[in-house]
Amino acid sequence: MKVRAYALQAAIVAAVLLALYGLATLVAAKMRGLGVEPGFGFLWQRAGFDIGDTLIAFDAADTYGRAFLVGLLNTVSVAAVAIVASLGLGGALGLGQLARNRLLARLCEAYVELFRNVPLLLQVLIVYVLLIGRLPLPQEAWSLGPDVWLSKSGLALPWPTFTDVGLMLERPVLGRFTFSGGAMLTPEFLSVAAALTLFTAAYIAEVVRGSVQAVSRRQTEAAQALGLNDAQTLRFVVVPQALRSMIPPLANQLLNLIKNSSLAVAVGYPDLVAVADTTLNQSGHAVECIAIIMAVYLTLSLITAALMGGWHGRLLRQQGGYP
Amino acid sequence: MKRHITPANLILGAILLWAGWHLFDWAVLKAVFRPDAAACHALEGSGACWGVVAEKYRVILFGRYPLDEQWRPLLATLLMLGLLGISTLQRFRNRRLWLVWSIGLALFIFLLKGGLFGLENVDTPRWGGLPLTLILTVFGLAGAFPLAVLLALGRNGRLPVVRTLCTVFIELVRGVPMVAVLFMAAFLFPLFMPRGWEFPSLLRVLVAIILFAGAYMAEVIRGGLLAVPKGQAEAAQALGLSYWQVQLTVILPQALRNVLPALMNSAIALFKDTSLVIIVGLFELTGALGLAVDGDPKWRAFALDGYLFIALIYWIGCFTTSRYSRSLESKAA
Repeated sequence: MKVRAYALQAAIVAAVLLALYGLATLVAAKMRGLGVEPGFGFLWQRAGFDIGDTLIAFDAADTYGRAFLVGLLNTVSVAAVAIVASLGLGGALGLGQLARNRLLARLCEAYVELFRNVPLLLQVLIVYVLLIGRLPLPQEAWSLGPDVWLSKSGLALPWPTFTDVGLMLERPVLGRFTFSGGAMLTPEFLSVAAALTLFTAAYIAEVVRGSVQAVSRRQTEAAQALGLNDAQTLRFVVVPQALRSMIPPLANQLLNLIKNSSLAVAVGYPDLVAVADTTLNQSGHAVECIAIIMAVYLTLSLITAALMGGWHGRLLRQQGGYP
Repeated sequence: MKRHITPANLILGAILLWAGWHLFDWAVLKAVFRPDAAACHALEGSGACWGVVAEKYRVILFGRYPLDEQWRPLLATLLMLGLLGISTLQRFRNRRLWLVWSIGLALFIFLLKGGLFGLENVDTPRWGGLPLTLILTVFGLAGAFPLAVLLALGRNGRLPVVRTLCTVFIELVRGVPMVAVLFMAAFLFPLFMPRGWEFPSLLRVLVAIILFAGAYMAEVIRGGLLAVPKGQAEAAQALGLSYWQVQLTVILPQALRNVLPALMNSAIALFKDTSLVIIVGLFELTGALGLAVDGDPKWRAFALDGYLFIALIYWIGCFTTSRYSRSLESKAA
């Protein structure tokens, strides 16, 4: 029995190794046949394409490696904005579903059912055509606050910049065609960030609702017997207890959000996947580009999982573990 | 005694009424339903232009399928919806359902592909729209399910090598976006094939979808396997059943029944995720709309209305499935 199990496993290992080796040789031969030398050396070659939306300086003379860095920074920034916004919106919707006001509760439920049941890609596209189709020209931009302007060319914001006199808030100024100065969030960035937020918030709301409902009703009744009002009950009794069961599924939703940010490629926001797509079409290094995508997302996932796990662990230690 | 008329309710109700009225005004009263581009442009956004759907519904629903042959994808779609429909009815749930599904799926493919009995041959690159969405979902699920069962059994099994391989595969696939898996289908699978072997894009994408959905469903099924009490397997073994007999006749039936709602959620997720195949150049519903309006200057401005129409189709599909799943759950409880 034991011998058979060992033999079987050895055979599986051999078969897997052989298949991998065979595939590697086949792919390498095919790539050389197409005039492409396998390996990551191409990252130091000149990219030759421009990127519309960058956090660090980039032009066509820069390398593929730098293009990937630009893409990575874009992925991280759009995901970070969407994480903060969807936690806020999702938390509010989740608590709203449990509100004593029936109308408000039903409204929050309707939101969840509406946004959960439409593909994220469709939501990205809908927000995108709304932004570029229905917003006014920069000359007639809507003012959303002091020095905040929303128009076809995006959302213009004041942004801190270094000047001779130190760190200053630079204000966007309307030029002849569009805004200059400050920061400009493009419609591509906005549509990906907004759709990720709306979609993920619906899932986060369900997580929050489930965790809060799982806290025993007696806890609420006891808190109210002690004279705490609704807000205090929520803040000091219910939410701290709900958090411990909330964090693992919440971490899952954030991981999904980070992976879903790759849909940016559909509206041409230059995230990591979009840069990789351009690069692999242009250079023919398909294996390497896909390996980079996979490695980056796996790393981002591991970092997020570790951060959320650390928070969960600290919370459990503070609260003295499970009863 | 509950009070229903409170200041909060009044304000909220007023806002709701106001928003609801505007939505109704935009979507119905001021909307243009005729395929009349001039009338749509005259609206200047004050009403919806459902005319884009009236004009382009054939491209939206069936993609680039030849115009004269479009009764075939229509029939195929109705057939698939019928199959899904009768599967929800209690009195059809018996052994013959497998036979009905096998024949139904074969007929579905034959209707689309043709090439026999006088039906004109239509190759897969021309398939699109709703039937393509259904193919990717149904065949994707059919392929992913057995893969998921094997992966779950492997990850829970006793052989360390198999356990490691299954774990690595599941975590690798679950750690990357679906777009990356689709890129593999589009760019890597052709490199993996020996010279002269070529598979149509549809088949490659279907394989990618099966691998992707399989990894997610494997974790769902594994959760179900872990929830079956240990005594069940031990008792079955004591009766002299082999490993596969224990799994297939004792453990899996219990595990799958427990995770049925979660598997339904996986199915809904896959149905929504099929929209991503446009990124590798297959024109299912979402892609077919781009096909219909992007190249047409007269209608390009009304992509929004078209997308809303498609969103409605997806919403109906997802909502009815999730409600059906919930009714199964309450029936089981």
